[in-house]
Amino acid sequence: MAVFNLTINNTDYKVDVDPQMPLLWVIRDFAGLTGTKFGCGIAQCGACTVHLNGDAVRSCSVPVSAIGQQKIVTIEGLSEKGDHPLQKAWEEVDVPQCGYCPSGPIMSAAAFLKDKPQPTDQEIDNLMSGNICRCGTYNRIKKAIHLAAQGGKS
Amino acid sequence: MSTSTINRRHFLKIGITAGGGLILGMEYLASCSPSGSNAPAAMQTLNAFIKIGTDGLVTIMAPNPEIGQGVKTALPMIVAEELDVDWKNVIIEQAALDTDKYTRQVAGGSGSVRSSWDPFRQAGATGRQMLVNAAADKWKVAPNTCTTEAGMVFHKDSGKKISYGDLVEKAATMPVPKDVKLKDPKRFKIIGTRIGNYDTKAIITGKQKYGIDTKREGMLYATIIRPPAFGQTLESFNQDAARKYQGIKDVVTFDNKIAVLGRSTWEVMQAARSIKPVWKDDGTLESTADYKANFNKTLEQLPKESKRKDGNIKKGLAAGTKTFEATFECPFIPHNPMEPMNFFADVKADSVELYGPIQLPDKARNTIAEKFKIPKEKIKVGMTRMGGGFGRRLMTDFVEEAVAVSQLAKAPVNVIWKREDDMGGGFYRPMALYKYKAATDSNGRLIAWHHHSVGVTGNTSREDNFPAGAVPNLQVDTHEYKSPVTTGPWRAPIHNYIAFAEESFLDEIAHGVGKDPVAFRLELLEQAKAQPVGKMDYNPDRYAGVIKKVAQMAGWGQSKPGVFQGISAHFSFQTYVAQVAEVSNVNGQWKINKIYCAVDCGTIINRSGAENQVEGAMIDGLGHAMFGELTLTKGKPDQTNYDRYRLIRMREAPPVEIAFIENNEKPTGLGEPALPPVAAAIGNAIFAATGHRLRSQPFMNSEAVFSVQKQQSEV
Repeated sequence: MAVFNLTINNTDYKVDVDPQMPLLWVIRDFAGLTGTKFGCGIAQCGACTVHLNGDAVRSCSVPVSAIGQQKIVTIEGLSEKGDHPLQKAWEEVDVPQCGYCPSGPIMSAAAFLKDKPQPTDQEIDNLMSGNICRCGTYNRIKKAIHLAAQGGKS
Repeated sequence: MSTSTINRRHFLKIGITAGGGLILGMEYLASCSPSGSNAPAAMQTLNAFIKIGTDGLVTIMAPNPEIGQGVKTALPMIVAEELDVDWKNVIIEQAALDTDKYTRQVAGGSGSVRSSWDPFRQAGATGRQMLVNAAADKWKVAPNTCTTEAGMVFHKDSGKKISYGDLVEKAATMPVPKDVKLKDPKRFKIIGTRIGNYDTKAIITGKQKYGIDTKREGMLYATIIRPPAFGQTLESFNQDAARKYQGIKDVVTFDNKIAVLGRSTWEVMQAARSIKPVWKDDGTLESTADYKANFNKTLEQLPKESKRKDGNIKKGLAAGTKTFEATFECPFIPHNPMEPMNFFADVKADSVELYGPIQLPDKARNTIAEKFKIPKEKIKVGMTRMGGGFGRRLMTDFVEEAVAVSQLAKAPVNVIWKREDDMGGGFYRPMALYKYKAATDSNGRLIAWHHHSVGVTGNTSREDNFPAGAVPNLQVDTHEYKSPVTTGPWRAPIHNYIAFAEESFLDEIAHGVGKDPVAFRLELLEQAKAQPVGKMDYNPDRYAGVIKKVAQMAGWGQSKPGVFQGISAHFSFQTYVAQVAEVSNVNGQWKINKIYCAVDCGTIINRSGAENQVEGAMIDGLGHAMFGELTLTKGKPDQTNYDRYRLIRMREAPPVEIAFIENNEKPTGLGEPALPPVAAAIGNAIFAATGHRLRSQPFMNSEAVFSVQKQQSEV
């Protein structure tokens, strides 16, 4: 057990846990932020994607002891009013079916759009193939990312 | 064509809400007996619940569990349409299990919309008529001189108008009208439009709660260690180390399982790793190769009784000028919903609360009542939005476990499965083996068809489905193979594989007699229409309709250099679907460029949701045909997470083009029917391109075709 001070969505949290505990479970069970989802636990499905200092990481595979001073942003903190261009595009394109995993692809896409504001289909394919959508909404996800990249104009 | 006959009687209960609004409690009893294998076994009853506030806001309860199929949005659309309210004033609430009030609370069999269509329309229309009657009474005019629109009643001659909100109190005192008139579909304003999933805002901001997110005061998280191989039992285990692990509160054992309970999910999972149970078995556990060998042996003989017999199969096969034979292997596959199995249970001395993701909440309650000897009325069941299910959540094993653990630990618990538990935990799509024989006459007409199959399930066939009805000599024989591996319905049960086998075999026969695969199918459907043989579930005209439509969409038969096409069509859950897949060779790899799809599901409720279901089912069917296989080594699953079990990813999902046959037929199933045809469309396109016939899934194992793609995705 060890005490860790974390900043999640600009709020400070103090947790006393095993240093090996993956960030995912600290976020879900200790910070009570359940928008970040558990899918596989081995960084294969991407449902647990969060931002660490702006980079997309699989929170199921990052031990809490590795966080240090890095700022954590989860889906709940991506935008104040749920109006990040990707969130708006997800709504506009009506992407979700079961709706369990979307925080994963949204967080992945939000990170890479900062570096690649106008991605091609192929770039989206490559950058998003770490996020599994079991409902098969991949074409709508791609459409929503393009829509967000174009500033919401379809 | 659905030949449903629905006899209905209904009655309404009226009351004033605490806030002064109108409550229309509508109970409809509908006896429904559609023909065919998809028909519900028992009478179906259905009930809706509407509240109209004095502020004009309309609350519509969504009685059915939402699993991603979109019913939480689609069913209230039907009520809102007939009620004539503005969609922006509609609030949808998920109802808890209450079969007295809402009789059919099921997510399964692609049945929610088709069983709710008539009663939900009646519910909305009756509510509208009561509001009209209230306005007419107030204005002293005839009700039939009043009109409604967007939550308002109008009287054209006098120019008067009034909102529903201002009428509800009066309406609640009015007699309940009978035999109200339903809207002419030409006047639909909500049905058939594109309306976004009601929960999207909550989903994309992380606020939507799923079962796995359930946390209550005093609740413990639990993980369960189950036998790693099917057929094993627990001999012994040592829990000392686990109990010492931080955050651990208890360790309990039941039914050859061990549960570890504590304050957080990861801590219980970690502590459970320190328990090294000793398992035992009787030495008869089977591996995948054993199943294959035993299936082949089983098919050396016919069963005592056939599922279906038309004409004389022996004579028919003997009379053929050409005969055909083909074998198709179907592997076990897990459901793999993104949200792993989980359930909350709080067992108290005199009551039980259950809460979580479940497709059959009523079955869960009944099972718990029986197994744990608890009166049904003491069990409360709440349903969460589900992170997928695909049939897995039709089971109740995970609910039973949660109840057992809560009872033993005397605490509220949320039992959460690891992905490994979920994928290794059974209720798979049954492994099966299909052998077909067929014969054609000198005109290339199909005169004999023999289906012979075996699988780890009760019935591996859909014996009254196409081509049954179109073939004079047809026989269907199936065997059940007993195994400790648990199996269950997997999205479009049996259809999901049989469509691949039969649509591939039909393609093979068409090519064998030198006929165009589209023309060959249409000829069979003509035959089924002109001279139907025995019972058949489908309407040949609607079946042919989707085939013609997709052929036109895809430019079937037109030259597209370097592009090869395959057609497939299938009927399930009263819906007709035909697809054309296009493949081409890109740098030595076969690539699926595009899949066209034509669907006849009758009236579309929510066009956006409908397209999403069809597209998702196609990608799902493609992914599992391409990659899905769970193998066993001495009863133990070899794949238990996504590193060894491959699911389709974005770069492997081709574009799709979907068209619906526009008609005013009653709505039919849509959560499943677009999945079954995909695999054969691809297989048939690959045959057109390479001359190689894909006869086993997953296709990635066919090294002749997909060797290069066998590598794992680089992620």
